[in-house]
Amino acid sequence: MTVRILRTLLLLPVFGLLSGCNMVLMRPSGDIAMRQRDLILASTGLMLLIIIPVILVTLFFAWHYRQSNKEAAYEPDWHHSTHLEVLIWSAPLVIVIALGALTWISTHTLDPYRPLSRLDASRPLPKDVKPLVIEVVALDWKWLFFYPDQGIATVNEIAAPVDVPITFKITAATVMNSFFIPALAGQIYAMPGMETKLHAVINKPGTFEGMSANYSGSGFSRMNFRFVGLDQAGFDEWVAKAKAANKPLSRDAYLELERPSEREPVTFFSSVAPGLYGQVLNMCAVPGKMCMHEMMAIDAKGGAGKDSHANRARLEYDNRYAERGDEGNAATVGGSGRSSHSPEQPQGMKPKSIAPEVKPHSGADHSGHDHSGHATGDATPAAPAGDGTKSDGTKSDGPAGADPVAPGQLNK
Amino acid sequence: MFSNPDLQKLLFGRLTLDAVPLHEPILLITFAMVGLGGLAVLGGLTYFRLWGPLWRDWFTSVDHKKIGIMYIVLALVMLLRGFADALMMRAQQAMAFGPNEGYLPPHHYDQIFTAHGVIMIFFVAMPLVTGLMNFVVPLQIGARDVAFPFLNNFSFWMTVAGAVTVMASLFVGEFARTGWLAYPPLSGPAMSPGVGVDYYIWALQIAGIGTLLSGINLIATIVKMRAPGMGMMRMPIFTWTALCTNILIVAAFPILTAVLAMLSLDRYVGTHFFSNDLGGNPMMYVNLIWIWGHPEVYILILPAFGVFSEITATFSRKRLFGYASMVYATVVITILSYLVWLHHFFTMGSGASVNSFFGITTMIISIPTGAKIFNWLFTMYKGRIDFDVPMLWTVGFMVTFTVGGMTGVLLAVPPADFVLHNSLFLIAHFHNVIIGGVLFGMLAGITYWFPKAFGYKLDAFWGKMSFWFWLTGFWFAFMPLYILGLMGVTRRVQHFDDPSLQIWFVIAAFGAFLILLGIASFIVTLVVSFLKREELRDLTGDPWNGRTLEWATSSPPPDYNFAFTPVVHDHDAWWDMKKRGYVRPVSGFSKIHMPRGTATGLILGMISIVFSFAMIWYIWWLAALTFAALVVVTIGHTFNYARDFYIHADEVVRTENARTALLAERV
Repeated sequence: MTVRILRTLLLLPVFGLLSGCNMVLMRPSGDIAMRQRDLILASTGLMLLIIIPVILVTLFFAWHYRQSNKEAAYEPDWHHSTHLEVLIWSAPLVIVIALGALTWISTHTLDPYRPLSRLDASRPLPKDVKPLVIEVVALDWKWLFFYPDQGIATVNEIAAPVDVPITFKITAATVMNSFFIPALAGQIYAMPGMETKLHAVINKPGTFEGMSANYSGSGFSRMNFRFVGLDQAGFDEWVAKAKAANKPLSRDAYLELERPSEREPVTFFSSVAPGLYGQVLNMCAVPGKMCMHEMMAIDAKGGAGKDSHANRARLEYDNRYAERGDEGNAATVGGSGRSSHSPEQPQGMKPKSIAPEVKPHSGADHSGHDHSGHATGDATPAAPAGDGTKSDGTKSDGPAGADPVAPGQLNK
Repeated sequence: MFSNPDLQKLLFGRLTLDAVPLHEPILLITFAMVGLGGLAVLGGLTYFRLWGPLWRDWFTSVDHKKIGIMYIVLALVMLLRGFADALMMRAQQAMAFGPNEGYLPPHHYDQIFTAHGVIMIFFVAMPLVTGLMNFVVPLQIGARDVAFPFLNNFSFWMTVAGAVTVMASLFVGEFARTGWLAYPPLSGPAMSPGVGVDYYIWALQIAGIGTLLSGINLIATIVKMRAPGMGMMRMPIFTWTALCTNILIVAAFPILTAVLAMLSLDRYVGTHFFSNDLGGNPMMYVNLIWIWGHPEVYILILPAFGVFSEITATFSRKRLFGYASMVYATVVITILSYLVWLHHFFTMGSGASVNSFFGITTMIISIPTGAKIFNWLFTMYKGRIDFDVPMLWTVGFMVTFTVGGMTGVLLAVPPADFVLHNSLFLIAHFHNVIIGGVLFGMLAGITYWFPKAFGYKLDAFWGKMSFWFWLTGFWFAFMPLYILGLMGVTRRVQHFDDPSLQIWFVIAAFGAFLILLGIASFIVTLVVSFLKREELRDLTGDPWNGRTLEWATSSPPPDYNFAFTPVVHDHDAWWDMKKRGYVRPVSGFSKIHMPRGTATGLILGMISIVFSFAMIWYIWWLAALTFAALVVVTIGHTFNYARDFYIHADEVVRTENARTALLAERV
């Protein structure tokens, strides 16, 4: 109850002051995020009980005991008081005990791995509800979402019906990212070869921002996606739209998608190759690689001893970029031959995602430099014919023949 | 350069002329400015014939006071670089909205935020802390120097070598684009094949050697070299915090060294500690680096707490309230700082019980920290507070740091951290405690001990200007970041789409500009004070009516610090001596045994720079050569028997008589 009172007390000035800006963490739309907000407010309230007096007393003492105030008491040798010592150690202790209890309980109830127990503050979870499962893969630099029950997949957009629990299973293909939809729930890391989980529910329809919260390389700033809360009919319609896209996500299509690209347009896949998410999670989507779970099974049986050397090549995953000419995402010098600080686009970036608003001097010409030949141009605005047509061959962009568009200019 | 690529590779590794970023206007301007500045400095040194004194009295000196000052000069120079990075980031984020891409493409912006973090922690905060400890601790405990004077000089030059390595990345090649802790697999060889991460690794490894050795040195000094009568519970609080900090350094830095060594093995010889391949585990790196990283935070803040304790007591003209509880609080923080590292990654999928454990241990640290705040508060209570510049910093710190501490405890609540982690709220929090705590503390400490080091006080007007600009600048720069964090904005982002965020970034950029004025005012303070030094001169050696032993000797202290080793009878030794009518001895001086300066530390540091450069660029022959040189010079130094000398009794008498005359003149 005190929590609730504190919350109410705090909300007034906080919202009064900052009503001008959209503080999504303070006005979220999902129950988990709402409870996280309440916890932030309650903890802040608890701490302010001690912080505000301390600050006020600091300022008062500083002013009152200033040198020029000869009225104030002065006891140069007073340096100990058992009463005060007890107070100064026990006051923070009491707050920490309260906060610690709050922490223990809330960390368990809001554990992202814990299935939901309610839809929101007033509604318990209906008995027969089946959670919506979404499998999330962080790629360089876009998000791939699988809907195993619906049999579809999407890039950079997810939808979920309002008031239906969602179970996210999260992994990454190359480096660490963090899956974060502030309006829905807290973030959780997406890590290669590992699966994290998040349970959440959206209570209000609307379109919300999602992002990667953990820096993952040069395309990171634009690694955003849309999260759409819909009513059940709207969600069914959205699934139908995906199905109608008539574009299957085969293993080859995945391997193509996986290559580094920035600001990938929203894409729908009408069907998904069976077991693809499991292969991505186990890092064996590339043909010939050994799945993590196979390796773990071998290890669980005591390992293969010297014979495991035979598996070595199958257990190397990161080299697939180098092998097919996709440069590491922070590469400048290294094996690429590109010069340091080069504004050139890294080798192996998928040109199709470049929605070019090219500055005149960069003279992008896709046809001349498309080294992979897969620029099918589906959602791609046409290359800037106006300013770059004459530049074919005038630029020599190094041995890699990389596209001469600077990463900073890729994304419009 | 060579027609034969194999020969070129043999001679220069992966270094080519292309590595010099001649096509980057920002870097070219920096080049030109550094070049001109460097020429001006070199010209000035030559013109004023300062090379000899610089070499004899500073570079090769093993005097802890000189080394302490050199550490602080290094930190201030690196502060300019780190702050230039900060200004560039603030400018980029203030403009890069919607169609505007800003002026820094990701490949450049990402290096800047990485360099900013690395430089500010390792090459600004650490040298400030180490420098201040080096200068003050031996004086405070009545010692003539540190336990291992040569080691001290060597440690300093290793830190310089690390700083030079970071700076070299600006002009040759690139710096890491991984964030300041270089999490793999992003920092692994597959994802970051360039030289950036290698610059990062070698700069930290070399500077880390210096930090570790200086930690051992100061522990030995504090444990073994205290003046007679100074029991552990009579040590000044700053010395206590220095002891705890150095214990933390010695216990924590080997972990950093080990984890970076494993990352180097991944990058250089193809092991798979932290890659995705062959069962490597990046989580291991994250754990290890934070087992070093969290104590590191307390390595920085504890000495600042010590500075504030000294200043509060001195300027309140009152004995420190609750000395014993201050000591226990420091020790408790030291121990607890090893039990909280996981709070840096609650969001990586640990179980609820693990998360709660680390959340609650983190909160427990706030109890001793809170006790410290209260102790300063009750030291001010019934005091006579003189608001000279160091005390202003202290009050500014108490208010600012309390807020930072509160947001820190909030971040320690795991479910709250799930929404605030990696957000600008987190950025605001740690700048809140590092600027409001460490930096304010170090600037307060510099102002406080400056007269001891140079014999004149710093100009108060410009000191106050610097304080107010820093304080207001800090609040303007970081309050918007707290708000942006609550708006769900995350860190390290180079471009934004939502135009409604822009106003907050503009305010933050304005705050950074105010901080710039604060830094400029600090530099003006140094210049103005130097020009007005006769007016600001302190002849007594005790300009603030101090309480601890460093104020018992002259300002600046003679090379030997104390002609007679002081004898301590109570806590606040110098205050006690003054109270009991201490009379300074004016006769009976004898010769004093002192360590002799040597260039070996500097030579080893310079060779280390070349070695790290060779390793970074795969110039193997040079790496082997310089490594051999390091070994040879080190062994050679063990045959250096000219390690000490005596200051002749006549000279001691001369020095002390001069002081006697000065003191008499004043009365």
